[in-house]
Amino acid sequence: MVTTEQDTRLDVASNDDYALRIEGLKVYYGTPRGLVKAVDDVSFNLRPGERFALVGESGSGKSTLAMAIMRLTREPGHIAGGHIYLGDRDLVEMEEKQIRSIRLSEMALVPQGAMNSLNPVMRVGDQIIDGIMDHVPPGEGAPNRTELNTRIHDLLVRVGLDPTVARLHPHELSGGMKQRVAMAIAISLNPHIIVADEPTSALDVVVQRQIMQTLGRLQEGLDAAVLLVGHDMGLVAQFADTIGVMYAGKLVEVGTVPDVFKDPKHPYTKLLIQSLPSFDISRQFVGIPGMQPALLNLPPGCAFNPRCPSVHERCFREVPEYLNLDVGRGVACHLFDEEATN
Amino acid sequence: MTTSDNAPSTRARSVANARPVPVISFVSAFFSNFIVQRFLLFLLTVWVAATVIFVLPRLTGQDPVKEKLLLEAQRGGSVQAGMNEMAKEYSSRLGLDLPIYEQYVNYMTDLAQLDFGYSIAYFPRTVNEIIADSIIWSIGLMTVTLTLGFVLGTGAGALLGWSRSPGWLSYAFMPLLTLSAIPQYMLGLVLMFIFAIMLNLLPFFGAYSPGNLPEWSLGFILDVLKHSILPALSILFSAVGFWAIGMRGMMINTQGEDFMVQADAKGLNGARIFVRYAIRNALLPQVTGLAISFGTLLTGAVLVEVLFQFPGLGNTLFYAIRVSDFFQITGIVMTIIISLALATMVIDLVYPLIDPRVKYTQN
Amino acid sequence: MARVASARNLTMRTRVRLARRRFGIFYQERIEPIFSYGRRNPSLIVGLGMLGALLFFTVIGMLVYGRTEPHITGRAQDSRLDAYVSGGAPVQDKRLPPSWCTWCEDIVELEADEKPSLFQYPMGTDTQSRDLFATNLRGIPLTLGTGLIAGLLSVGIGTITAFVAAYYRGVPDVLIRLLTDVGISIPGLLILIIIRIQLGTELVWWQLGAGLAAVGWVFSSRTVRSQVLVLREQPYVEIARQSGMSGLAIIFREMMPNLIPYITASFVASVAGSILASIGLEALGLGDFSSPSLGMTVYWVIQFGAITLGMWWWWLFPLVFIVIIFVSLFLISAGLDEWSNPRLRRQA
Repeated sequence: MVTTEQDTRLDVASNDDYALRIEGLKVYYGTPRGLVKAVDDVSFNLRPGERFALVGESGSGKSTLAMAIMRLTREPGHIAGGHIYLGDRDLVEMEEKQIRSIRLSEMALVPQGAMNSLNPVMRVGDQIIDGIMDHVPPGEGAPNRTELNTRIHDLLVRVGLDPTVARLHPHELSGGMKQRVAMAIAISLNPHIIVADEPTSALDVVVQRQIMQTLGRLQEGLDAAVLLVGHDMGLVAQFADTIGVMYAGKLVEVGTVPDVFKDPKHPYTKLLIQSLPSFDISRQFVGIPGMQPALLNLPPGCAFNPRCPSVHERCFREVPEYLNLDVGRGVACHLFDEEATN
Repeated sequence: MTTSDNAPSTRARSVANARPVPVISFVSAFFSNFIVQRFLLFLLTVWVAATVIFVLPRLTGQDPVKEKLLLEAQRGGSVQAGMNEMAKEYSSRLGLDLPIYEQYVNYMTDLAQLDFGYSIAYFPRTVNEIIADSIIWSIGLMTVTLTLGFVLGTGAGALLGWSRSPGWLSYAFMPLLTLSAIPQYMLGLVLMFIFAIMLNLLPFFGAYSPGNLPEWSLGFILDVLKHSILPALSILFSAVGFWAIGMRGMMINTQGEDFMVQADAKGLNGARIFVRYAIRNALLPQVTGLAISFGTLLTGAVLVEVLFQFPGLGNTLFYAIRVSDFFQITGIVMTIIISLALATMVIDLVYPLIDPRVKYTQN
Repeated sequence: MARVASARNLTMRTRVRLARRRFGIFYQERIEPIFSYGRRNPSLIVGLGMLGALLFFTVIGMLVYGRTEPHITGRAQDSRLDAYVSGGAPVQDKRLPPSWCTWCEDIVELEADEKPSLFQYPMGTDTQSRDLFATNLRGIPLTLGTGLIAGLLSVGIGTITAFVAAYYRGVPDVLIRLLTDVGISIPGLLILIIIRIQLGTELVWWQLGAGLAAVGWVFSSRTVRSQVLVLREQPYVEIARQSGMSGLAIIFREMMPNLIPYITASFVASVAGSILASIGLEALGLGDFSSPSLGMTVYWVIQFGAITLGMWWWWLFPLVFIVIIFVSLFLISAGLDEWSNPRLRRQA
């Protein structure tokens, strides 16, 4: 695979230098009307302590990708190819039992804010405990009740909740509080990777900021790598170091936040940044014309060709390959084919 | 952190919020109490049932009860002594001679005291005595079969609906569940033919062997158990299927919930997710269903008693119908209705204990 | 004018081709989706198939059997189908096993000239010399009819009350909800027993169906109402309301299409429930004694102790028909469940 070769050529690094390496990951959904390629040949790396944000409109496959990284893809979806390296272990090849022990202890998920991700019939404290109890290494004694209580107390305080919340049931909490509980669960075993799948969706703007600040604080405390999935470029830009743009199941551009905002390469990224509302320059609010194509019948060539302002003849024939421009900087667009080869 | 975030959710279900009851009005607090409301619904249920039973026959303008009583009285004979007085008593209290509201008051007063009067067929005996003799058999049969049916059915349904169950389970269970669509008494007929007639393994009628007299001895209890196997199996089979189908559907729905994804993301072990997350949540609608389908299951069981001549309430009702013993029929029907209403009330009152979202006090 | 002329000028062949193409489109758009859906939802298809087969058997049986001469001459009945009531067998008080069952032992010794021919009594006769084949043929439509009447009425009343309650809210909602809550915890069969006893007259099949609907509508009402409550809060219904659509238009254009699966499922459930209750009522001896419905056959079976008499043909055949009815309705309702809730479809 070309991508892999270029990877090794450009950034001379072994698996150990990355917290997570995604290589050519494919997640397909079998539907009665055909195969939907929700994530198609996506590769990127996550350094320890890095804040990596995946953006894209809904249906671009970013949440599917996040769930696939946790190996939580559900029927009728399946991982159709590629590798997810956690250190030098490939999660795609891993047994269900092993992956269970890795979840929460090494990589944890902060769910979508709109989701009812807490068990409605269990007290908050018990939901923090059961994760801890199921990850006690064999041969080690389970922590006793007082130890657990101090841990719950500590975790709740760290996410900015009152410790008495432990005794409540989920329906007694607001959306923001539930999301904080979800974060407390996520950090309960000090994971070094946190996957946050649109953690602020369905929350109001003030709460969104608070949740992102808390997430940032927790990330610093743990020195964990964070993979943040979001569709709000503005919110994401304030949080992340690196940004990855997804379109129709493919990763079309990766770069550090300043690079991407200063010099967006892909026409889609340009349009995304232009469409951000801004206080500095008073200009008309610009949207991206057209709609994302349905994944079932993608146009031939580049999936963005019906909407692209710089479309040319080649875009209708060939699917652009992902090109590494620099360390941690890349784009998938025919406009840059020459630049990359030079 | 800021307080705006910590305010209790306003989006929580309206029934769920446990707000302090205002002390200003004791009466409103009393009636807003869930237990009180549920008890009022119980009374309403019994009252509606009793009123329907009272009103409907009177709409026809006939009084078959009186005719039957007079008929019995005319037959005379030693056993029937007092039947005349009974007919007179009936006419003066509940017959068509009185204005309807007085009949209604008398009828309701009797009911409130659980006094169902005398049996026409076994005259000097009261309906209450007859019910007392047979109800014990019914309670024994029903509690065992319905509890076992619920437990086994829910368990089977949980396994059937669990996506990680081995595939052969659904091949093993689905035909069985399809068979459970057969009415209980039809299944009883088949079981009776196979085990009692063809194989001659089990007795095919009664609750104990004819020569035996009810007593608390091991032999007698074993005899009763032997007699109860076939009726119990007939009820059990369809009860298991009924609950299994419901539970399977609920398990499949529950597995689509967000918190199940999160439970997987937490890396919990499979058994814990199955029991504490999936079953625990899927069970809630099952318990609500228990209250709703008690009646259907029970009426089916009545017919099984008839088929096996099991001396419970159902069989007694059957014989009362055959001899048109109106008072006995009304007594048994009201007894069943009251016990059912009681059972559903108990379930509804227990429900908040297993579902934290429902509280005893409502706003 | 020109179009009419050109249509007339079409050759026969073109017309056939056009018709075939039109049918082809119709087949592709309407029929094929049904088949392809059926492949994904086998229980619905098997259930409908079983019920269809039962109806087919009954209709064909009645057509064929109804035309044969009654066995006893000089009676008023014009066909054997109606001869069962007063007993159609030549030998009074004799119980004949199915006449094709040559290995069956006769319960009563028959004279040589009394032996029936091979298919004269395909399901034997009962203790009163009724032709059980005729009885069952007559009984199946009666029993299904009772269920159908009860199901239609239940769902009709249930849906209307559900809409009134859920759509107009306020007092009607409280009253209807209270009524269904109360109605559900009172076993309808017991109320029917009392009514039937006090009425003193026998209920014919459609009266029985109406009676069952009178106590059974609460279940439909409850199911439909809970769905209407969900739909009422849907954004598209809200938009329709705010754009000034009338209440009836919202109900029929916006909500009905989404309710059809639930209403159908509720209909099937109440047909099954009503048939169950009707057979129960008849087995208790509260049916129409002159009716040959399946439930009445069950009553006679219990009354005369057909099982202990060894007359397996008396109870086995109605049992098979009852089982077919219930299993097919069960499969149909399972299939409908899957239709309205595709999640139930297993990966396997």
